[in-house]
Amino acid sequence: MTRTDVIVIGGGLHGCCTALHLARRGLRPIVLEKNTVGRHASGVNAGGVRQLMRHTAEIPLSMAAMAAWETLAETLGPELAANCGFVGGVGQIGIAQSAQEMDWCHERVAEMHALGYDFEEVIDQEELRRLVPSVADICRGGLVSRRDGHANPFRTTQSFRRRAEQLGARILERTRVIGLEQGDGGWTVTTDNGVFRADIVVNCGGAWAWQAGAMVGEGFPKSHFASTLMVTSRMPHFIDPVVIGIDRVLSFKQTEAGTVVIGGGILGDPDLDEETAETVADRMMESAETVYEFFPILRKATIVRTWAGLEALMPDIIPVIGPSRVARGLWHAFGFSGHGFQLGPIVGSVLADLILDGESPIPLDAFSPSRFTAEGKLKPQAH
Amino acid sequence: MTGTERENCELAIIGGGPAGLAAATLAARLGVETVLFDEQPAPGGQVYRNIEANSRETGLLTPILGADYARGLDLVRAFRASGAGFEPMSAVWQVAANGKVGISRDERACLVRARRVILATGAMERPVPVPGWTLPGVIGVGAIQTLMKASGIIPDRPVVLAGSGPLLYLVAFQLAKAGAPLQAVVDTSGGSLASAARQALPILAGFAGDLLKGLSWIAALKARGIALYRGGYLSIEGVSRVEAVSFRSGGRRIRIATALLALHEGVIPNNQITTSLRCQHAWDRTQLAWRPETDAFGATTSPLVAVAGDGAGIAGARAAVHRGRLAALDAAFRLGRISRNERDDRARADRQALLREARFRSFLDRIYRPSEAMRRLDDETIVCRCEEVTAGELRQLIGEGFSDVNQLKSFSRCGMGQCQGRMCAGTIGRLLADETKADIADMGQYRLRIPVKPLPLAELAALGNADRNSGPVLEVADGDPSQRI
Amino acid sequence: MFRRLQPDDLSATIYFDGRAIRCRSGESVAAALLSAGIARFRSTPVLGAGRMPHCMIGVCFDCLLEIDGQADRQACLVPVVDGMDVRSQEGAGRYDIQ
Repeated sequence: MTRTDVIVIGGGLHGCCTALHLARRGLRPIVLEKNTVGRHASGVNAGGVRQLMRHTAEIPLSMAAMAAWETLAETLGPELAANCGFVGGVGQIGIAQSAQEMDWCHERVAEMHALGYDFEEVIDQEELRRLVPSVADICRGGLVSRRDGHANPFRTTQSFRRRAEQLGARILERTRVIGLEQGDGGWTVTTDNGVFRADIVVNCGGAWAWQAGAMVGEGFPKSHFASTLMVTSRMPHFIDPVVIGIDRVLSFKQTEAGTVVIGGGILGDPDLDEETAETVADRMMESAETVYEFFPILRKATIVRTWAGLEALMPDIIPVIGPSRVARGLWHAFGFSGHGFQLGPIVGSVLADLILDGESPIPLDAFSPSRFTAEGKLKPQAH
Repeated sequence: MTGTERENCELAIIGGGPAGLAAATLAARLGVETVLFDEQPAPGGQVYRNIEANSRETGLLTPILGADYARGLDLVRAFRASGAGFEPMSAVWQVAANGKVGISRDERACLVRARRVILATGAMERPVPVPGWTLPGVIGVGAIQTLMKASGIIPDRPVVLAGSGPLLYLVAFQLAKAGAPLQAVVDTSGGSLASAARQALPILAGFAGDLLKGLSWIAALKARGIALYRGGYLSIEGVSRVEAVSFRSGGRRIRIATALLALHEGVIPNNQITTSLRCQHAWDRTQLAWRPETDAFGATTSPLVAVAGDGAGIAGARAAVHRGRLAALDAAFRLGRISRNERDDRARADRQALLREARFRSFLDRIYRPSEAMRRLDDETIVCRCEEVTAGELRQLIGEGFSDVNQLKSFSRCGMGQCQGRMCAGTIGRLLADETKADIADMGQYRLRIPVKPLPLAELAALGNADRNSGPVLEVADGDPSQRI
Repeated sequence: MFRRLQPDDLSATIYFDGRAIRCRSGESVAAALLSAGIARFRSTPVLGAGRMPHCMIGVCFDCLLEIDGQADRQACLVPVVDGMDVRSQEGAGRYDIQ
């Protein structure tokens, strides 16, 4: 039996970041990771650091995250920060091909202005060409968020892990939680690698987070998906911004190594029990078609690898962040529905605020676990 | 019909070497609609590469390559007469668990749905990571033989052969017969063939011909005055190409200046596809390689997929024929062409022949256990040829706590290049096991996903026979692009 | 570096970085270049090191060339077609932006 003050379930980016911030504030977190750190969504996502085209409920959190990305060195120290491979300020661009998509861009910016946000702007074809010289003539313009960028997801997760460890957190890999019980002495967390006791438990279990909820009788959606990426061989540097589609299936960026990582909502076949996912060629075709049409330079590119990561998917596509609705001392942060990487540096900080101060300066009501019924369905009013 | 027009077949066989040819021939004879896919223009695989053309031409090659090579012609003829379909020049970039085989041919990709798949992907030369092994002028011994078989070309300047395994002396002998200038042969295996054979005589009864053949190659090389060394701890020198090889031999270091160096430390199963299928694999402690676990008919843990031939563990070309036939019998049974009893009756002779081959193979495995390819790596040795990751870089990461080959890959890019880890998969596991004092069998393999051969994006964008609307549809608020996953 | 045992029927011509090379139609591009004395097929994208084919059976990917405008072609698997434009693949290769 190991006794500590806080247990974090899940060694992904959010779990490691939570451990980091809790350790920074004097706690001794132990992170329990069933595989290895960054094995699933945290390590294998597309690495987009994107404020662009986010759900409006996520924007305050996303803006705070952006500031955290830009000051990573303060959190991680210069070396670990550099290891994240964060490239900011290159922008993310939603590319419009049709008049309808351009119309949507204008509507979106009007909506954002009404909410008081001005980081998204509509660009015409000329500005699109200036930012992305490799784009094809069929692209009319789009929507840009100039502060956005990308980072290396696996390395970023490792940097947060290392920093958490430096600050006194323990990260236990190959340690699977099989029981979670609350008693007089706090939480008892049973694993296949020993029993742990703690006053506080934070559930950052990603696609498996609902299982921790089920252990305490708290229902969450079990839905998950396998986001697929394909990557080319190294190419000469040709693009700085990250580009995404509006109505078309598209998302890609060029990494520091020169490889081009192509995604955009291609689905693999998830296997939650085997804790893996297969990529499916039939479903990659559409994404390949879009980049083929939008980017002539990629017509000669070669796909070298594909991969898929398992990620929780909430029916309203926004995460669950907040206190358990059935037990004191249990906190949740999961369900990022495929776009949690950009929020990586902030969620752990927000959780530390919630846990230790009882409140967060950033509005989090939309993410409350209380939006679900006991069975884990979204309550009607939350739609 | 070409690979890009065919949409279905009952049995897809991947690879046209002895196992694939034997499997296709028998399956077709049993009435199974069979198609064999191969990357090369003609059947034969690597061992019988270009056998039809070389047999037709009255040139020099057939006598140089010898009777064992010539024997492949019967297999190819039987295959050609069997009625099985043949799709040459077809690169297979996926075999999915549901039987969808991804083919790339004539710059077009398509999917062919098969009810059963036999992988006969054979072997590749075991990579030999020693300092300097990436320099131009360093090539595989098997590659030299391939150049001879496929194109009739031989070295025109002094060549040094170094390594171990039967192929080393066979190729040296063939090069000598062909008139190539052979500078030296450096044998890195531990013992001598003659003394090992004497010790193993009881189990080798019946293989006198094979043994004598091996000894005769060595004798022929000696008779031609070619320098034969025993040595190890190879190091290759050169700036923009190989200039010399040095090695330790009998307590001293010998250096041979050369512009062409051929390395060989045996062959290992070509198991990219079974790995991508997440078939159960076992670490073979004798052959020092991963092989898919199979039943007696070659069936893997992936329900539709069998492996035949060296891809299921190295046993050689003669055994591959029997293994191909066994996989074909099982396919015919599973596809309803023959009964279980008929399968088992017909299997008996092939099984007995395999047992016989296995005895000789275990002898070969023992005397040719690789040493040079398995010795401790110098820090500067390149492990991943594509991404140029050195042993020293990997050691440092292991020291920092990375404990898994896939973590090492994600962080260092080792195994992420065009060869998709073919050339470094074994080395990275060995390095991790050595550094963490763990068992290499526990180190696991790279997680591989399709495509198992790089695929041009243009071909994927025009993928033939794809089921575009297959699979899950996410229940998310549609119509609003900001509601994106 | 390599020579042909039977130096006949060299009826095809391919161009390696502009240099005409006589070879046999249908043989691999890698064999054609090696028998013409070419040892450096490409340079690596990371260190810029020269490389020559190593395995000749499609597994090592050290024979990658740009063939008729397409990068990343495996020269050991691509058969010679008369008139082929073959270029050494330098680093990450050449791609036209439009």
